[in-house]
Amino acid sequence: MQEHLVVSASPHIRDDVSVRKVMYSVVIAMVPAIIGSVYFYGLRALFLTLLACAAAVLTEAVIQKLRGVPVAVTDGSALVTGILLAFNIPPGVPWWIPVVGSIFAIAIGKQVFGGLGYNPLNPALLGRAFLLASWPVHMTTKWLPGRGGTLSGLSLSEIDVLTQATPLAIMNSARAIISDPASTTHQTVQAVKVVAHLGSSDAIANLFIGNVGGCIGETSALLLLIGAAYLMFKHYISWRIPAAYIMTVAVLTSVFGGTSGLFTGNALFHILSGGLILGAFFMATDMVTSPVTPRGMLVFGVGCGILTTVIRLIGGYPEGVSYSILLMNIATPLIDGRTRPKKFGEVKPSG
Amino acid sequence: MTNSVEIAEAALPERVVIPLRQSLGTPAEVCVSVGDDVKVGQRIGEPGGFVSVPVHASISGKVAAVGRFPHPGGGEDTAIVIEGDGLDEWHESVKPRDDVEFLTADEIRKITLDAGVVGLGGAAFPTHVKLSPPDSKPIDTVILNGAECEPWLTADHRLMLERPGDVLRGMKLLMKAVGAGRGIIGVESNKPDAVAALRAALHDGTDITVTAVQVKYPQGAEKQLIDALLRRQVPSGGLPMDVGVVVQNIGTAYAVYEACYLGRPLVRRILTLTGSPVARPSNFMARIGTLLSSLIEQAGGLKTDAGKMISGGPMMGVAQFTTDIPVVKGMSGILFLARGEVNERQPDPCLRCGACVHVCPMKLVPVMLEKLVINERIEQAVEIGLNDCIECGSCSYVCPSKRRLIHYFKYGKLLAAQKSATPTK
Repeated sequence: MQEHLVVSASPHIRDDVSVRKVMYSVVIAMVPAIIGSVYFYGLRALFLTLLACAAAVLTEAVIQKLRGVPVAVTDGSALVTGILLAFNIPPGVPWWIPVVGSIFAIAIGKQVFGGLGYNPLNPALLGRAFLLASWPVHMTTKWLPGRGGTLSGLSLSEIDVLTQATPLAIMNSARAIISDPASTTHQTVQAVKVVAHLGSSDAIANLFIGNVGGCIGETSALLLLIGAAYLMFKHYISWRIPAAYIMTVAVLTSVFGGTSGLFTGNALFHILSGGLILGAFFMATDMVTSPVTPRGMLVFGVGCGILTTVIRLIGGYPEGVSYSILLMNIATPLIDGRTRPKKFGEVKPSG
Repeated sequence: MTNSVEIAEAALPERVVIPLRQSLGTPAEVCVSVGDDVKVGQRIGEPGGFVSVPVHASISGKVAAVGRFPHPGGGEDTAIVIEGDGLDEWHESVKPRDDVEFLTADEIRKITLDAGVVGLGGAAFPTHVKLSPPDSKPIDTVILNGAECEPWLTADHRLMLERPGDVLRGMKLLMKAVGAGRGIIGVESNKPDAVAALRAALHDGTDITVTAVQVKYPQGAEKQLIDALLRRQVPSGGLPMDVGVVVQNIGTAYAVYEACYLGRPLVRRILTLTGSPVARPSNFMARIGTLLSSLIEQAGGLKTDAGKMISGGPMMGVAQFTTDIPVVKGMSGILFLARGEVNERQPDPCLRCGACVHVCPMKLVPVMLEKLVINERIEQAVEIGLNDCIECGSCSYVCPSKRRLIHYFKYGKLLAAQKSATPTK
């Protein structure tokens, strides 16, 4: 018996949590949103999601093989990246868009840096940024309307001044018209009406359910929140980043997001539209690329919130979630280094 | 598992192996020769300095050898082997004292030292040193640690249940030795029977209180217990005496009682022998130097193959490579894990999930410390708290990637100590 005793450093018991468990829990948490996407946009959404996953997993396997490291694609991390990438593309894009996006996300976003745990940026978001820069038309116009509804979630007569677009894009155009002195009175009146409609309780309810145009997995706040609640219950994500992120967007958009002066913005619209819920709960919380310290998480969330609001209200893009998170990813090491908790006993002796 | 198993007196061993290293600090020096006849309680090793304790014969018989034997602290160390004569004759210096209440603080310290008492919770720090705080650090409170440092170990729990009066007598002596006006026994709230037993043994108008503390690991860690009971944080790099506190283990209080009242040096201790492979998990009162193999036999042997044998608890204990190790003063228990319970998975890359940061009782950032130690950036690691780590194992326990954090922290501390020992230009 004695020669079989294992000798190693303490502790000698471990919790049964593992990387696989964490990753597959994230996958499970995204299932409601996947089902929702099929309901809203048809089987095409599922098809693109599966393509993105297959491309991500395959790319990871091939590169691990080339690098001569153990092929560990069953850990679920490439699968998570694939799903998240698909969640960030419009449902009407050609089939090769998710494939190219996933290959880029895994190869350049993750494996180049050494694989799982070493990537400074969220791979899925980097993939999306690459797609957006390379095929902007596909990435900003190939929307599909929700089931039995419209792209905007509004009836068409209300938006005759505007092109077909997602609620956030329409909001952006309407704001531009209102603030542009060259707009005709008719245009301005229409735009003001549109803004009012977008903020109506019907429109907000529609946004919450997710039956509007948008990227594959981002539209339904309800289904995303169900998944997020599961991850929080499992303690795989903390409330800090999403709460700080969403609160910051809420405060800033209600103060600066209005069309008739300060404090006239509709925070609820900004929280529920675009990819904020998806970004705040599933991408800003990406373990590898977000801070580990409790205070750092809050700083990170606030930073994402400020950048998102700035891009949405001032920038050229209607949506700012993905770039905000990528920019804050870069700041993560800096934030961690400066937000170390106070050590136990790091006080003057009381006497 | 063993919290309802009464303490059993282990059979008198035929042979004991008594290591000279029985405490933190300097090992004792041999003061007998091979062939000498010794009796129980007779000194066989003299203290090697201030932070050192004497060692006593735990059975009567003949000194058979002085040599190197496996030591539960790791590796081999010098030990004295005594072949027993089966008579269990006590040395003439061992006699009960009837003037205990008149003992002065100095006398209590002297008796504690002469009896070779060390902290019995596991660290084995010489008790007389803890009882000698400098005048600049007045002590107002003595805390007895009844939080049972680790899961599975029940030696202290049983002692509180079976000998509450003697534990309290020991506590009184400890308080007197440091001039503390107040004594608190902190017991984890999952041991209501121990709380009740101690409270029942308290006299009216006493200055000792028994307090139930929240059950959470590592509640039995000295600094965490002081914080929980008194809301005082021991400063980083400091000792409990810096906040006016001395913390002692339940078993230590009992050993001080035996030393002062019965005149008995520390020649036996209570330890838990447990784990799923053990046929009859037990709490033994065993002589120091008893070989573990003999205790295992008395516990009915092992039902299944053991994958790991640990001196101490599952979170901080030291893995052993042989059952031929002796019981030493600091051994609070022996835990066996079955083959299937040994989880030695290769670590995965760190996900930076932050679970280790969340769980660290010292509020450190283990994920950063690990990286710094791996890259041998020891100064930086020390700067952000490497030496504050109490090695409780919580971070390694929760890590989804099964990273060997504590392994690196121990290694890093060793490097740090070597660096500070080397004079810099």
